[in-house]
Amino acid sequence: MGILSMAGIAAALLPFLAFLAIVTFTKKYRNVSALVSISATGLSFLTACYILYSQITAPQQSSFNIPWMYIAGIEMNMGVLVNQLTSIMLFIVTFVSLLVQIYSTGYMHDDEGYSKFFAFLSLFTFSMLGIVISNNLLQIYVFWELVGLSSYLLIGFWYFKPEASDAAKKAFVVNRVGDFGFLLGILIVSFRAGTFDFMKVIDFAKSGAIDPNTLTVIALLLFCGAVGKSAQFPLHVWLPDAMEGPTPVSALIHAATMVAAGVFMVARLYGIFSLSPAAMNVIAYIGGFTAIFAASIALVQDDIKRILAYSTLSQLGYMILALGAGGFTAGMFHLTTHAFFKALLFLGAGSVIHSMGTNDIWRMGGLHKKMPITSITMLIATLAISGIWPFSGFWSKDEIFLALHNSGHTVLYYTAVVTAFMTSFYMFRLYIVTFMGKQGEHAGHAHESPLSMTVPLMILAVFSIFSGLVGMPGQPFNISNFIYFGEMEKPAGLNMTIAYISTAVALSGIALAFIIYFFKLVRAESLKKVSGPVYTLLKNKYYVDEIYLFFIRNVFFAITAVIKWFDRNIVDGLVNLTGWLVRQGGAQLRRTATGSVQTYALMIFGGMVVAMIAFAIYNPGLLTLFGGR
Amino acid sequence: MITLAHYVILSAILFGIGIFGVLTRRNAIGILMSIELLFNAVNINMVAFSRFLTPDGAYGELFTIFIITVAAAESILGLAIILAIYRNRKVLNADEMNLMKW
Repeated sequence: MGILSMAGIAAALLPFLAFLAIVTFTKKYRNVSALVSISATGLSFLTACYILYSQITAPQQSSFNIPWMYIAGIEMNMGVLVNQLTSIMLFIVTFVSLLVQIYSTGYMHDDEGYSKFFAFLSLFTFSMLGIVISNNLLQIYVFWELVGLSSYLLIGFWYFKPEASDAAKKAFVVNRVGDFGFLLGILIVSFRAGTFDFMKVIDFAKSGAIDPNTLTVIALLLFCGAVGKSAQFPLHVWLPDAMEGPTPVSALIHAATMVAAGVFMVARLYGIFSLSPAAMNVIAYIGGFTAIFAASIALVQDDIKRILAYSTLSQLGYMILALGAGGFTAGMFHLTTHAFFKALLFLGAGSVIHSMGTNDIWRMGGLHKKMPITSITMLIATLAISGIWPFSGFWSKDEIFLALHNSGHTVLYYTAVVTAFMTSFYMFRLYIVTFMGKQGEHAGHAHESPLSMTVPLMILAVFSIFSGLVGMPGQPFNISNFIYFGEMEKPAGLNMTIAYISTAVALSGIALAFIIYFFKLVRAESLKKVSGPVYTLLKNKYYVDEIYLFFIRNVFFAITAVIKWFDRNIVDGLVNLTGWLVRQGGAQLRRTATGSVQTYALMIFGGMVVAMIAFAIYNPGLLTLFGGR
Repeated sequence: MITLAHYVILSAILFGIGIFGVLTRRNAIGILMSIELLFNAVNINMVAFSRFLTPDGAYGELFTIFIITVAAAESILGLAIILAIYRNRKVLNADEMNLMKW
């Protein structure tokens, strides 16, 4: 086993050990629990740094395999695969998780379930790291479900709130829909290839042993998993509701641990996806649609966390879109930068909520003076997500635009540009309404958050500014060389035209936001009236939830009623019939037990005679003993 | 000349009488005696087959000795049970000993 594989295992197991330690020993001692969890994740982070450093200095693939089972010609292993992609993900996950945990010591300080919260955070981190280091489909599926479980626990952390427990259930159930497809895809491709191992499966697919149509089906089924976990349309509905969890959880889910899993999985299995142009197109269009769809909803939301939730959907759409368009590096790059600025946005929002006690942006306002650190770091993140030079979002978004442009997806390219415009508009709407202008009704008693919360914000702000520079052409370390994965076209770096267009679009979005919400040249109220039905449609999130509910109530319940009838009457009926037959048979047969010894003797004798006759018929030779034939 | 068939027929007749006794006697001691007849029918069979099929060895005879021993033990047990039942319930008839039924 290579040292990198061992480091990978250590990085993943440390948070799990912390989880075990907290639930078994330190649950009663809140500060010890936090310390255990943070130090485990911290060590894990250092390990991840080591792995990333080794990969940067000498890119290599380190893997390790333990045979587990061998059933029906399929080998099942447990193992680790550490390569460039893994190292980047390990870094992001442990880094964001560490900062979120430090932040939580401030944010969750007065919560009764303090220890439990850290236990769940550790479990969540462990599950995600498990996905990241997996080297086979079976193992990734196991951790995939663990991520689902831990997200359920965390979203429903305040389970006494009905909305929170509902949101947790919703997240779990919606994810199951996607996971079902994912499992089917895993099973089909693995039974074909006779192995679950990523590299072997990809090699098998590349060898052309699977016909193109089946391959498309497999790719789409696998993509179902990503649609669920990465909250793409039409399974995006769980993510905005997941806001009911504590804000650090939202930050973790949105930045590193959960929604990144889908994108990462697609990236990991890129060898399979890229073989099917049809599947790639579906992926690209679903990503593109999700991007613009979610961005348009975010334009009119009032809840600070919901705006961020829809922006996450939209940014995830970008990543999926980039992967679908063949921009593997671009997608992963955006995942990286997004992890930093989205974690920052959520933690910043958490800081605001912590001090204000409300989520409604219209009741905030003028917070800049009260909370300067939160305000400035939020501004940095907002600029980053809007894609303003030289913040990180600019570089990664540009790579995506470039990938779209180069792959010839003109429609998707313009979709992405329009989405970028919307993004900068709604993000600055959020920023202006919350932090600028005159103080809102609740702003009076606002205060800056404690150091435990502001320090993670500042660290993330630094990363939000500079992490994009790894995508800057002309410097020694470039991400496109680091996780280049045989894309259609290696990213050329920077196309000035595209860069100008995206910057112009972003700036005009910002300008519009200022015109409406800062200078109030156009009144937001009158805009509402003008847009009328469109506004209502957006405000109600395109009624997707209502449509699903209608579908479930009318179609789904009708189907289940039939199935229920079938189960109650046919299936249960068969079972009951068996029982009834046995009981009736017994009732009749017991009459033979008369209690009279001689009856029994007669039965034994009769049985013997029958047996002897049968024996004689099947062995005619016996008769020769007595001089017979 | 007495052949194997003669012995087997004798044995069959004895077995038939025994079975008839077992199935029809009401008295439990009579049943026990009929069972002894069954054993003896089997014993005759054993000895006859042994004599005719393996004249060199006394396997059947050996087996018969065992059966006689076991039968003696068995009839003692049977008599003891019947005695115990008689002491408790004052019956000797097998058709009246029918407590163990549905």
